[in-house]
Amino acid sequence: MFEQLDATLLARFQFAFTVSFHIVFPAFSIGLASYLAVLEGLWLWTKDEVYFALFNFWKTIFALAFGMGVVSGIVMSYQFGTNWSVFSDKAGPVIGPLMGYEVMTAFFLEAGFLGVMLFGLNRVGPKLHFFATLMVALGTLISATWILAANSWMQTPAGFSINEAGQFVPVDWWAVIFNPSFPYRLVHMVLAAYLTTAFVVGAVGAYHLLRGDAPKRAKTMFSMAMWMAAIVAPIQIFAGDMHGLNTLEHQPVKVMAMEGHYQSHPDGAPLILFGIPNSAEQRVDYAVEIPKLSSLILKHDLNAPLAGLDTVPKALQPPVAIVFWSFRIMVAIGFAMLGLGLWSLWCRWRGTLGENRLLHRAAVLMGPAGFVAVLAGWVTTEVGRQPYTVYGHLLTAQSVAPIAAPAVATSLIAFIVVYFLVFGAGTFYILRLMGRLPRDPMPDLTEGPLRSAGITPAAAAFTNGSHHHGA
Amino acid sequence: MALDLPFIWAAIIAFAVLAYVILDGFDLGVGILFPFFKAKRDRDVMMNSVAPVWDGNETWLVLGGGGLMAVFPLAYATILPALYMPLILMLLGLVFRGVAFEYRWRTRRGEFLWDIAFAGGSITAAFTQGVALGALVQGIAVENRAYAGGWWDWLTPFSVATGLALVVGYALLGATWLVMKTSGDLAARARRYALWTGAVTLVAMGLFSLWTPFLEPLYFERWFGWPTVIFSLLVPLLVLGCFALLLHGLKTGHDSRPFLAALGLFVLGFAGIGISFYPYIVPASLTIWQAAAPEESLSFLLVGALVLVPVILVYTAYAYWVFRGKVDPEEGYH
Repeated sequence: MFEQLDATLLARFQFAFTVSFHIVFPAFSIGLASYLAVLEGLWLWTKDEVYFALFNFWKTIFALAFGMGVVSGIVMSYQFGTNWSVFSDKAGPVIGPLMGYEVMTAFFLEAGFLGVMLFGLNRVGPKLHFFATLMVALGTLISATWILAANSWMQTPAGFSINEAGQFVPVDWWAVIFNPSFPYRLVHMVLAAYLTTAFVVGAVGAYHLLRGDAPKRAKTMFSMAMWMAAIVAPIQIFAGDMHGLNTLEHQPVKVMAMEGHYQSHPDGAPLILFGIPNSAEQRVDYAVEIPKLSSLILKHDLNAPLAGLDTVPKALQPPVAIVFWSFRIMVAIGFAMLGLGLWSLWCRWRGTLGENRLLHRAAVLMGPAGFVAVLAGWVTTEVGRQPYTVYGHLLTAQSVAPIAAPAVATSLIAFIVVYFLVFGAGTFYILRLMGRLPRDPMPDLTEGPLRSAGITPAAAAFTNGSHHHGA
Repeated sequence: MALDLPFIWAAIIAFAVLAYVILDGFDLGVGILFPFFKAKRDRDVMMNSVAPVWDGNETWLVLGGGGLMAVFPLAYATILPALYMPLILMLLGLVFRGVAFEYRWRTRRGEFLWDIAFAGGSITAAFTQGVALGALVQGIAVENRAYAGGWWDWLTPFSVATGLALVVGYALLGATWLVMKTSGDLAARARRYALWTGAVTLVAMGLFSLWTPFLEPLYFERWFGWPTVIFSLLVPLLVLGCFALLLHGLKTGHDSRPFLAALGLFVLGFAGIGISFYPYIVPASLTIWQAAAPEESLSFLLVGALVLVPVILVYTAYAYWVFRGKVDPEEGYH
């Protein structure tokens, strides 16, 4: 099946596949690490057992997700060299130090304190343990900062010159790091990670509210998650809009693809809601559009002119259909998140947050929404950067390693098989853990035999800090 | 006086790789020894002895890789494609054994599968790292700033031999780690495995030393030319000294001495390889100065490395200190 495909396309498939799997885990663990820090902080502050029980519950899930993020991340750090060696040679002097700082400021911090956070409560006591949890959370955020600086530089390169060997040479590190799209992308991604986690936590809380097995714990996490949804979703939509305007300024061709604007519109461009992009004919078939709205959104003026893809040679256009659709998926999910957040506020105000079963069902349904939105957003921005790796300066086709197509095909198949197997199993274990929230403690009753196997009772968890089953 | 930044960076990268080899070496070694310990209780203790630290150990591999891209991008861009197959296999091996740390405790029915994943992944990672080392020592063809060979060039009797040798060497590190961190029957058996793997490691180091000088005139010159010949004479003596320390530690039932002796063997072997290479980073093709990134990249990252690496060492040491002493099978981290 791979015989017709060239090595570059295979290498792109492989990178897209492995990075898509990878981003799912950090998107979750960035938010979850912060949530764990909040839970442990609340426990230390209020001494309320419910926060400690939730901390232990989510800590186990975090350990699994973080482990998957680590191993899929190591793959990424080598794939630049194995499959994109020309890119590495040329952009390494700029991208490499940013990743070097990520390793030294974030990865070691996370790894060093993760062991203490997972296994060390008895050995170091609650205060130092809380410090370790904070360091893990801080590590995830620092990591996001550096890697997004690197990614943003590839989107909107700045602060460099090119030497005789064709390498990008950093001239101004401040300009490299704080390149034009970096602040927007960083805010947009960190908020996305928080929203992703909030919807997962909200779904698990709603699931257990529907089952009624641990109402206090379930309601606590559901309520916390819905606050996040109600507050962060609108901020995220605003941040996304700002990011879009920034893209219009620095990567206008990407916005043309997102909007499906094949033609230039000298006096006000329509907003195409839906349609089927047809790159061969350079038009959107069956377009449903609102006149002049795109100009209003992007330029804040109904009649502002907007250039279209007709100003860009076909060879330098990104694949329009992918960018067009992934962008719509992301935006639709964003507004669905806002809707759920507002609905939860309404229920909270009416005092039915813990009882409204329809809301709970919707929250369960929305549990994976963040992951889909994150992936759709990354597809939009990464595919929209094509045909370049370093936007405007280095073509993807000129970045690839001199590896024979059969070698790349073999490794691609191996990655697909192993990732579905390994991360499929991990996802199954995570879902199973999510389904086993320990009951609220009932002082008058001893725990009955109905308790499912593998659950550490809260009291025991309190004394031995064990996050896994069975000593 | 201008600083020789590529030289400083070569030293830092070498340090990161050495740190990786000895740190992940012992936790990969524990995985390699998994098949020799059948009892669930033993396996629980073995895994718990490395569970809190393996992630930090593996981070040195990311520093080695990411650091190489930052400061020797041309070396990164030629070595990695040349070693495509072994490196992809190594990464997949690391995936399996890395997730096993958590998955193994999440299922009873599937536990044996993750035991296999842990052992198989550890053995694969160790073997392919050894193969990669052997292939690098053999030399890598470079033309026009790119790898100029095929995708099977790495596969030779020499690279397979170094792969097997590294599996045994890591098993030695793992066995001596278990001697230090466990007690009772488990530790007694680990002591026996340490003896065997130690002997094989010594023989493998000897064979490697006899084979290498004839692979490449550069190495021959290094090994038998003045003044490096002094080192060629000194290292074997030090290796024998370490081996004697290992034997003595194992015989007298000392807890930590065998592990330190095994570390000594690895440091000496690593130093030997480094001295054979220098100043090449891609043997016979690129020197550290030819492969180095522009000065702006080297100096920018060096500032951070000089501050951060010592800080990393301090809190890594702290993490090890928190989990010091023998693993208590009753404590149940997991």
